[in-house]
Amino acid sequence: MLAYVIQRVFQSLLVMVVVAFAAFIVFNFVGDPVDNMLGQETSAEEREELRKDLGLDDPFIVQFGRFVTNAVHGEFGISYRLQRPVADLIAERMPATLELVALSAVLALVFGVPLGVFTGINRSSWISQLILIVSLVGVSLPTFVIGILLIYIFAVNMGVLPSFGRGGVVEIGWWSTSFLTVAGWQAIILPAVTLSLFQMTLILRLVRSEMLEVMRTDYIKFARARGLTDRAVNFGHALRNTLVPVITIVGLNIGSLVAFSIITETVFQWPGMGFLFIQAVGFADVPVMAAYLVMIAFVFVMINLIVDLLYFVVDPRLRADKAVAAGN
Amino acid sequence: MKCKITAACAAILLTASTIAMPASAKNVIRWASQGDALTSDPMAANEAPTNSASRKVYDALIYPDKDLKFKPWLATSWKLLDPVTWEFNLRKNVRFHDGTPFTAADVKFSFERALSKTSDFKRNISSVEAVKIIDDHKVHIITRGPNPILPNQLTSVFIMSKKWSEKHGVTTPQDRAGKEETYAVRHAMGTGPFKLTLREPDVRTVMVKNTDWWGLKEFPHEVDEIVYTPIANQATRVAALLSGEIDFLLDPPLQDLNRIKNTPGMKIKQVAQVRTIFLGMNQGKDELISVKGKNPLKDKRVRQAFYQAINIEAIKKKVMRGYAVPAGLITPPAVHGYTEELNKRRPYDPALSKKLLAEAGYPNGFSIQLDCPNNRYINDEAICQAVVGMLGKIGVKVALSAIPKTIHFPKIKNRETDFYMLGWGVSTLDSHFVFGFLTKSADKGWNGTGFKNQKIDDIINKIEVETDFKKRDAMIQQVWQHMRDNVNYLPLHHQVIVWAMRDKIDLPIVADDGVRFIYTKFKK
Repeated sequence: MLAYVIQRVFQSLLVMVVVAFAAFIVFNFVGDPVDNMLGQETSAEEREELRKDLGLDDPFIVQFGRFVTNAVHGEFGISYRLQRPVADLIAERMPATLELVALSAVLALVFGVPLGVFTGINRSSWISQLILIVSLVGVSLPTFVIGILLIYIFAVNMGVLPSFGRGGVVEIGWWSTSFLTVAGWQAIILPAVTLSLFQMTLILRLVRSEMLEVMRTDYIKFARARGLTDRAVNFGHALRNTLVPVITIVGLNIGSLVAFSIITETVFQWPGMGFLFIQAVGFADVPVMAAYLVMIAFVFVMINLIVDLLYFVVDPRLRADKAVAAGN
Repeated sequence: MKCKITAACAAILLTASTIAMPASAKNVIRWASQGDALTSDPMAANEAPTNSASRKVYDALIYPDKDLKFKPWLATSWKLLDPVTWEFNLRKNVRFHDGTPFTAADVKFSFERALSKTSDFKRNISSVEAVKIIDDHKVHIITRGPNPILPNQLTSVFIMSKKWSEKHGVTTPQDRAGKEETYAVRHAMGTGPFKLTLREPDVRTVMVKNTDWWGLKEFPHEVDEIVYTPIANQATRVAALLSGEIDFLLDPPLQDLNRIKNTPGMKIKQVAQVRTIFLGMNQGKDELISVKGKNPLKDKRVRQAFYQAINIEAIKKKVMRGYAVPAGLITPPAVHGYTEELNKRRPYDPALSKKLLAEAGYPNGFSIQLDCPNNRYINDEAICQAVVGMLGKIGVKVALSAIPKTIHFPKIKNRETDFYMLGWGVSTLDSHFVFGFLTKSADKGWNGTGFKNQKIDDIINKIEVETDFKKRDAMIQQVWQHMRDNVNYLPLHHQVIVWAMRDKIDLPIVADDGVRFIYTKFKK
């Protein structure tokens, strides 16, 4: 088990280096940051000088090497745009993104799983049909349209929820949280719903189809024959057996929630890492882009690892197989 | 499902009252625009929104007022003693936000800081050789050679507290290649009308009224607090205004102006901005990148044909929704040297254009690429699309390449484009600023037209140092006339800026797009 984890950590390092490498190739095409950093009046010589100071004229392999060396020392440089250390910026923005993602994931699970079970069991009821149709809208509408729509309804028309920002945050050490104030909760609702809709739909549909599958199996019929209650059958036996694929998808999707919160964060001016990244792209802010991409790679790899470990917990057969294979 | 909805509704109704702006005796202006200032250090980034933010906390020697007229500010008067020596009398009884008195030493320090290696303003005041302290409230600024527009260049050189800067180790601006953030990036110490109390880049900037500000008598503004929140997404920005979460929006998108105008309690204001949008045509090369073996743009008739094929009224109406002022000159009305006469456009005349093309030897037109930014000017890409269609009508096949500004601008500066869009604002409000960058011949830099004329270059050099304003004005006219006659640029329009705000706020719109909160009045 430990050897397995260590092996995975090494794999993740490799993945991060590869991502950084790919990112640095792409950076050659995002434009010239010096142009954004200096006023229009600056002379060509001054631009050259700054390019030299920043090492932007070095061949890309040298720039990449420098980045990796610094990154190993925990040094990500200074943002070209905000003139602040990248590590500080990411640490400042991380709580906003993680809270948003966490709440979205919770919403997706809390609504997605029960609705999936419900539609799986009551296949033909009109409510199920309605839920499925509505959920189709959830997958087909792009995030920014949903976001703007929600803003239009709840902020402009009804005037009950704020259209942007985090509202009130409370600082606990270096972590800033939205969850301790009313204004913070109000501000997080719309972006969290926006971000969760796609995942919710996905989970709903996945649970539903898994349920349909499981409900046909013999052991469910047997359970019913034994006279177990509906609740015990549906949740104790059926749902539990649908969970392995659900965990895989949810796990991988938390990664995408972090990565794709970019759009939601932009729509709601949510001061998270995704927003930081998109601003960095517009400015050709290479240090921020590089650090963000590497970090996202890290998040994905870590989540994958956790998902793999969770399989052991949920599915006893995997543990047994592993034990047998190891000759124990 | 049903109960879920009711529960949600109940929750929403409960919270409804708390969202609405709490009534308070304080006059708070909450405002937004698309991007935040880059830094609070007034010398680290010479960029319009950053300068505008600095101007609230810091004062300069001279102030461009709401009509962009130069007003004595920290300097009460100035005069030219000899061609290279300017004498500035400084305002007395001025204090920094921490109570330190403002003296000539702060001025000398600030100029030296602005001239230091990591400053982004060193080019603006490159003519300054030294600042001499005469007494506590008088300085002499010595220039390298005569510089008639020195006062114009000083409006963005903000005066910092010497003591504060030394205390916090910020005697030079942030070194971008460095590793640490300096204190001045998120803190400020000026003499200005507002004090910076909170700076969260990209999130929120809060400033409060400086009740000890020296100018309060002349500008008895009623703003107690300013809360700035950048909102990058256009639609969200408008929503925030309509929902009452902000009071003032600096950059409402054109397509939403009617909606805002028709919302009770909202108003919009507009003015021609100090920025002109135009097309550059590379007339210096013998062979273009997108036209092999020749350069049709070398021929003045071709450039004129392009010009007169542009239906600028159609662009104004359809693309800009009326919010543009057609231009015949590549500089706007607020700039010294602009005249109505020069701004007259050559008429829209596609028949003449076709004739001119035929005369130049291109009866069937030719193909060329137009490079255009897609995130810099108001509706930049849409304007270029319109140009493509209009030139198509005279037989010129234009391939459009619309790209982000970070890729577009280097193309111009490195001469990698034949035909491009550019907009130019003028910080000194003087024509020489335009000539120096866009007319004077150069192998690199902003003049991507390849236009080269020794006579004109000589005149521009003379304008730079001529202190007899009559002679200087005549030379400025001469250069503009030459540019007009030779069609080395194709002017499109002066950009119009529009601000949207609640009725209760009375705030004058300024052509440089910088907010002057010191003029604010509140309607009771």
